[in-house]
Amino acid sequence: MNRLLKNREILLTVIIAAMIAGFATRAQGFASPGNLANIFNDTSILIILALGQMTVILTKSIDLSVAANLAFTGMAVAMTNAAYPDLPLALLIVMAIGIGAFLGAINGYLVWALRIPPIVVTLGTLTIYRGMAFVLSGGGWVNAHQMAPSFLNVPRMPVIGLPILSWIAILIVLGAWFVLTRLPFGRAAYASGGNPTAAIYAGIDIGWTKFIAFVVSGALAGLSGYLWVSRYAVAYVDIAAGFELDTVAACVIGGISIAGGIGSVGGAVLGALFLGVIKNALPVIGISPFAQMAISGIVIVLAVVFNARAERKAGRIILRDRGAKEVSA
Amino acid sequence: MSDVVSSKRVIPDRLGSKTSRLLASWEVLLFGVAVLIFVFNSFASPYFLNAWNLSDATFNFTEKAMIAFAMALLVIAGEIDLSVAAIIALASTAMGAAAQAGIGTPGLVAIGIGTGLVCGAFNGLLVAGLRLPSIVVTIGTMSLFRGISYIVLGDQAYGKYPSSFAYFGQGYVAWMFSFEFVLFIILAAAFGILLHATNFGRQVYVIGNNEFAARFSGIPVERVKFILFLLTGVMAGVASVCLTSRLGSTRPSIAQGWELEVVTMVVLGGVSILGGAGTIAGVVIAAFVMGLVTFGLGLLNVPGIVMSIFVGLLLIITIAIPIIARRIKEMSR
Repeated sequence: MNRLLKNREILLTVIIAAMIAGFATRAQGFASPGNLANIFNDTSILIILALGQMTVILTKSIDLSVAANLAFTGMAVAMTNAAYPDLPLALLIVMAIGIGAFLGAINGYLVWALRIPPIVVTLGTLTIYRGMAFVLSGGGWVNAHQMAPSFLNVPRMPVIGLPILSWIAILIVLGAWFVLTRLPFGRAAYASGGNPTAAIYAGIDIGWTKFIAFVVSGALAGLSGYLWVSRYAVAYVDIAAGFELDTVAACVIGGISIAGGIGSVGGAVLGALFLGVIKNALPVIGISPFAQMAISGIVIVLAVVFNARAERKAGRIILRDRGAKEVSA
Repeated sequence: MSDVVSSKRVIPDRLGSKTSRLLASWEVLLFGVAVLIFVFNSFASPYFLNAWNLSDATFNFTEKAMIAFAMALLVIAGEIDLSVAAIIALASTAMGAAAQAGIGTPGLVAIGIGTGLVCGAFNGLLVAGLRLPSIVVTIGTMSLFRGISYIVLGDQAYGKYPSSFAYFGQGYVAWMFSFEFVLFIILAAAFGILLHATNFGRQVYVIGNNEFAARFSGIPVERVKFILFLLTGVMAGVASVCLTSRLGSTRPSIAQGWELEVVTMVVLGGVSILGGAGTIAGVVIAAFVMGLVTFGLGLLNVPGIVMSIFVGLLLIITIAIPIIARRIKEMSR
């Protein structure tokens, strides 16, 4: 299994490299280091969200509320900044992470304590959080001129060749790798998704693990809320609408099993980069941006087919086992 | 601990009397909620109790409910289809393109329903044929179907539907009963019979409760699931005909987010999201509840996005209440 996963990452790297090379033949400079750094920077927020989504998916759950969480948190932070321009940026970032984590905790609590299926919970909170963003803002916009310069500029500031936004993404990738592979929580997350029964016998509290996974996903969504608003220099109710599907897509492309327990940080990052490269390449090679949605749809379907092949156990299965089916609910 | 317990429902030693079971059923509870909302609305707004206003209110839910019937069967069988709203968009785009080409009303209807059929077959093929998890597959096809509409239309819109086409969304069969409402009643009856009075319906329940056992009892699980996806696609096509006819125009963002409302309606109707339980009667009442709530809030000038907060809360609370009630019951025992 481990070798298969390694293959997935190598395979994705090769595909992404081939795509970049292919696009470079059509558009001069597509493969230049500067442009590649731009693409990475552009994909940073998706990478951060995909890692949160991955943590949740590992525990056999799904978080469809990340984009709504992002919109609400982004709006809250932007409005605070507009109203009190003197507040230090660090405080605002802590606030963003805090609000995001709290919204994630609501999801997690409903899944953990009431055992409501995660898809139902997050479908509900998806509409609630975005509705709350509307109530908070009254439908209004927070525009660039209302935001403090430091609020807008810090993520763009270059440090050793890359903007701080990219460095934040890199730090979070390293952090996620450390947490998921080196800490007990990571083991618990893999175990409670991979084989819940065995995890319980091993003394792992599945409900608590899921709760923490949702809090992590929420906190990352909150941080992304600030990053998004700062990057696009505007906050309104509909920012990042539908972005939750992109995060799921990045995970599925990266080989993270929607049935839980399988997947790696590298896969999620490569899955996000795959989508990022396509998104940045379409206008360059002259395809209408309207085609992007259909392309990601095709990629998701293909990735699911591909994942199913990779996950199929060796040997003949005459009757499919029930455990693997549970997720579809 | 109960995360691992495989049986979804506890079978009691002795069932209560028929009337006490009926009174404690989800459908009766939901009906009570519907009546409460109705009474509340009539006090809250003087415009509520008016035959024509109420008739208008039915348009809030009839199209979604048509899909919800098929979705209910799908969810009972343990699957889900999140691509229904995207199918509406694609079917509407296909009808719009055909209308520009001068095709008449019967042709348009056939194209709309046919598009739904093809999309449903595609989903069914991926889920039942290749045995893929329906939730990710339909997230993918949702993006694909709506994406095709965006490729075709971009930021444009189709109008110019033939005037006879308007009947499906704007016509009235008799007095205040719209074509859509009558179709809704007929479909409710048809799906009720299909689920509760046929072999096929029984098979749907068995698959949802225990797919493993269903296979051993010789139920063609894959075929049943394929038919269910087909049915859901067709109903999305029918809903697309009604919606397009009612709006008289097609944009690629048509029916955006409807998949959530349809799933909410199904779950609110007492269908277990884990599969294996639920009734069409529940979905019908849930449709009325959601329609009355949104209509009542609309009369009170509540904006649409705030209504969606209520719908989201309704979804979570209605699922949470029975769980909390059961826990209190267990504790007091």
